[in-house]
Amino acid sequence: MFARLGQRLLTGSAVVLGVVILTFLLLHVAPGDPVRLMLGPTATPEQLAAQRRALDLDKPLPSQFASWVGRFARGDWGTSIAKGRPVRAVLGAAWPATVRLVALSLLLSYLLGLAVGVVQAARSGSRTDTLLSVTSVTLFAIPGYWLGLMLVLVFTYWARLLPAFGAAGFDSDFLTGGAFVADRLRHLILPLATLTVIGIGGAARFVRGAMLDTLHQPFIMTARAKGLAQRRVIGRHALRNALTPIVILLGLSLPALFSGAVFVEAVFAWPGVGRVLVEAVQARDYPVVMAATAVSAVLVVAGNMLADLLAAWLDPRVRSAAA
Amino acid sequence: MTRLLRDRRGAFGAIVLLSVILCAAAAPLVTSGAPAAQRDIVATRFVAPLSSDAHGVFHPIGTDRFGRDVWTRLVYGARISMGVGVLSVFVSLLLGIAIGAVAGYWQGPISLTLLGLTDFALSLPRVVLLLLLAALWQPSTALVVSVLGLTGWMGIARLVHGEVRTLAARPFVEGAVAVGGRRLRVLARHILPNALTPVIVAAALGLGNAITLEAGLSYLGLGVQPPTPSWGNMMASGRDTLVNAPWVAIAPGVALVLVVIACALLGDALRDQLDPSVRSVAS
Repeated sequence: MFARLGQRLLTGSAVVLGVVILTFLLLHVAPGDPVRLMLGPTATPEQLAAQRRALDLDKPLPSQFASWVGRFARGDWGTSIAKGRPVRAVLGAAWPATVRLVALSLLLSYLLGLAVGVVQAARSGSRTDTLLSVTSVTLFAIPGYWLGLMLVLVFTYWARLLPAFGAAGFDSDFLTGGAFVADRLRHLILPLATLTVIGIGGAARFVRGAMLDTLHQPFIMTARAKGLAQRRVIGRHALRNALTPIVILLGLSLPALFSGAVFVEAVFAWPGVGRVLVEAVQARDYPVVMAATAVSAVLVVAGNMLADLLAAWLDPRVRSAAA
Repeated sequence: MTRLLRDRRGAFGAIVLLSVILCAAAAPLVTSGAPAAQRDIVATRFVAPLSSDAHGVFHPIGTDRFGRDVWTRLVYGARISMGVGVLSVFVSLLLGIAIGAVAGYWQGPISLTLLGLTDFALSLPRVVLLLLLAALWQPSTALVVSVLGLTGWMGIARLVHGEVRTLAARPFVEGAVAVGGRRLRVLARHILPNALTPVIVAAALGLGNAITLEAGLSYLGLGVQPPTPSWGNMMASGRDTLVNAPWVAIAPGVALVLVVIACALLGDALRDQLDPSVRSVAS
């Protein structure tokens, strides 16, 4: 168990380091000069050079990278070139919003997807199964940014029920207690629904497949032969065994979910890491891009590891295969 | 092929994809032929679907804020979106097959390095990478194709690697080696053709994925640039006129969802037919 954990930690850190190196190289290979963007077209060469020196951009690449890693590890993430605020403050304000959104939608879409997939597998081949299959394929095919727009169209412009934007606004700062929570929830509903609806489609498809695989195994026949009720066969015997691949997929779907969140955050002006990243990339805001990619890589790797450990805890076979 | 069309999923997927491709190919015939033309903007903008503008020109899906016919833009957008999708999947296929085949056939350090590279690339957050690549260089269609291709080969490489490894131990390959076939020739002539079935399925699924991502990048303004229509930048411009002309955003989205569903269903049908044993594993 511990050997497995150690190995996962090692490969996980290698991935994070790789992402950071790649990002660093890409930023420096790409055309576009942050200093020029910062000072504008009227800057003289002397001003540009001075600013470059101030930002350490005149040093050779390896030494720039080494000093960045050193400072990052010590907690000094630098200052945003575009905003002039400390990078830690920018990201510190952003990551809880992303985690809230992604974690909630992961939970909801897997719970609902599990229910749908189990119902489908239990009645495989029936009308209900076909209908639900078509629905889940359709949901899974919808791109998040478009579904988000459509939800805004229906619930904000037509029904006038829910706010589309403004999760980052200051309005809620003047609210207290119940009103504050209610306002936060109202802003959360549309982005969360967007990510969740799509997630349900993917989860249901996979759960159905995993359940069907399990239902065809001999021990299910034994359970049926013992005279167990369908409910018990599905709930106790099949679901328990189908859960392992489902949990592993849960971890693997994290990067996709995070990617989806990048687009959904753009649609709803959700103040998360995705939006910070998009803005920073467009502004050539090196320190923010570096830190944001590092943070998102850590989130993704940590999620994968969590799913892996969860799978090992659920299924003794996975545990022993690793040892 | 007939078996594939007898499968309802396969038939649906094939019909949708074929009609989109046909429409895109025959774009000048089925539309007004000028996706970026702006005539009398004041008289022709925001015409509702299924009605005619002040000059008596009929617009099946209405017009956008510049009075451009949405149907025309949709069909010309299909050229771009499908083209980008197909080309980027092609790039992914080339890379994935080459890397997977080499890693599967030449054991040892080469194989380990390539597999390590694949696993590493697989664990990178794809959208973050896409954003970086697309935002840092001047946005263009060629860039989108290469970026999507470069970030989409890993799954294919893994598939090909697995197939090649099992095939390499089969008697007919040993036979080919025994009669003196050179390794590269054995790989290209005997192993690869037999390893490509699962790749076709992966390509169908990858196409849907690539089209969605292209639209996403264009939606963020990092992909295909206006006035060239692509489904993504049509949705982006529809976003700004969501209140007075929702059809501008709805139409490309519906088209995109249809194509992605078609790819998914076609892929599923193909998989069941080519290899019934992997039914649920790869989705």
